[in-house]
Amino acid sequence: MTPIIRIRNLRKSFGTKHVLCGVNLDIMEKSITAIIGQSGTGKSVLFRSIMRMIEPDAGEVWFHDTDLARLPRDEMLRIRSKFGYSFQNAALFDSMSVAENIAFPLREVVGIKNNKEIRKRVEKLLDWIELPGIGKMHPDELSGGMRKRVGIARSLAMEPEILLFDEPTTGLDPVLAETIHALVQRVNRELGITCILITHNIPGAFAISDRIAFLDLGEIVAEGDPKEITRSNHPLVREFLVQSFRELDV
Amino acid sequence: MLAALKSAVEKTGRYFAFVGEVVASGFRKPVRVLRYVEEIEHIGVNSVPVIFLSGLAIGMIFALQMVSLLQPFQAEIGTGAAVAVALAREFSPIITTLMLIAKNGSAMAAELGTMKVTEQIDALESMSVSPVQYLVLPRVVASVITFPCLTMLSNIVGVLGSYIISTTLYGIDAASYSSYMFNVLKPIDIYIGLVKSSIMGFMVSTICCWYGLGVSQGAKGVGDGATKAVVLSSVSILLGDYIMGSIVMMKIFQ
Repeated sequence: MTPIIRIRNLRKSFGTKHVLCGVNLDIMEKSITAIIGQSGTGKSVLFRSIMRMIEPDAGEVWFHDTDLARLPRDEMLRIRSKFGYSFQNAALFDSMSVAENIAFPLREVVGIKNNKEIRKRVEKLLDWIELPGIGKMHPDELSGGMRKRVGIARSLAMEPEILLFDEPTTGLDPVLAETIHALVQRVNRELGITCILITHNIPGAFAISDRIAFLDLGEIVAEGDPKEITRSNHPLVREFLVQSFRELDV
Repeated sequence: MLAALKSAVEKTGRYFAFVGEVVASGFRKPVRVLRYVEEIEHIGVNSVPVIFLSGLAIGMIFALQMVSLLQPFQAEIGTGAAVAVALAREFSPIITTLMLIAKNGSAMAAELGTMKVTEQIDALESMSVSPVQYLVLPRVVASVITFPCLTMLSNIVGVLGSYIISTTLYGIDAASYSSYMFNVLKPIDIYIGLVKSSIMGFMVSTICCWYGLGVSQGAKGVGDGATKAVVLSSVSILLGDYIMGSIVMMKIFQ
């Protein structure tokens, strides 16, 4: 597999707080990569820096052969449409119905003007996430799991090459979390989209990911496939994994 | 003290940078005509009843006061002219804008603030859709267009209210009242008020949207942002009106 994203020495500080302190990471094309680590170690900042939703202070983010960190803003906006972002709380537009939420990127990003074509694609996406017939509902009428799936459908409407999942299972019960993980796998296997997820659901991350990266204090301290990570000698990684799997055993 | 001053200067600088971004976004594609129409309906059309009632009330109150002041000098025939000129130049733009701040300014700040804390603004950015161009620009354009329209409505119903009070309650001759009013009231009086209200629409919408997009810290932040937006825009339009009024008096009526 070849890397679709290569991150080199990425740094970001807020005032005196150094959040990313030289992140180096390769994301392989058409793989699922999970980024794990303790809360407040800069995982969300890493996501936003990759997409230049916040400006990194230094470093490189190579997407294919383009350094996103040095792209002019207009060019970056064009390339950003190749990325989908599934937010922790779905971030659905609450003034719009489910169908309008999914239609939004079709109109604004993909540039489809034909309403019939938009309706067709919206229905296809709702069928694909196994929530047919909810197009007329509003986000406040949906459960947490349904909102997350609609959020994923909205991201898929953009036809992205890469989909970033920000804590996709947070706040969900284990059965729903399993459903979301299965959906992430389908996005990857059926649609061939590279998936990167930030998660605190360690067993889930180990079950679905091809590669796992452990972020601590703004640096990647361990990286590899799930088996390599379980064999890591890094004390914090070991402690984190022991705690996570012990909770599961209980 | 020095730190507070520095913070105020920084905030003012950031506000003007934001205003620059709003103006620049108006020259970029795409042009979303439907978004402008939606905001014109929301800010303008839906505010007609409020402005109608407040304009009518102001005209009637003003007439009551003017007649009682002018009657001892047997000059009550000038009530219509005094009310019309005062409304056109000052009171309609100010009252209309204050009413629109209460109805729409606070809503702008609260809506955008809620979108900010629920990551809806981030969602727009992640789709390469500029929140300034998609959310702020239509509100600013709609305000610049609808504030003068609503001010004109306020002028008309204010004069009507004054006419009703003066002719029915105080028995002032209707023909003399109207004739004197139209002799004194000049088109420039109306134009000045409309231009002022358009400028005020720009100030109110940019201030309220700026506070909305600057919200943090959840529900409390949204409430604080909306309150600050209302207070600052109200104070700004009053100060702005004084400055514009002074310039107009020096340049036009001197």
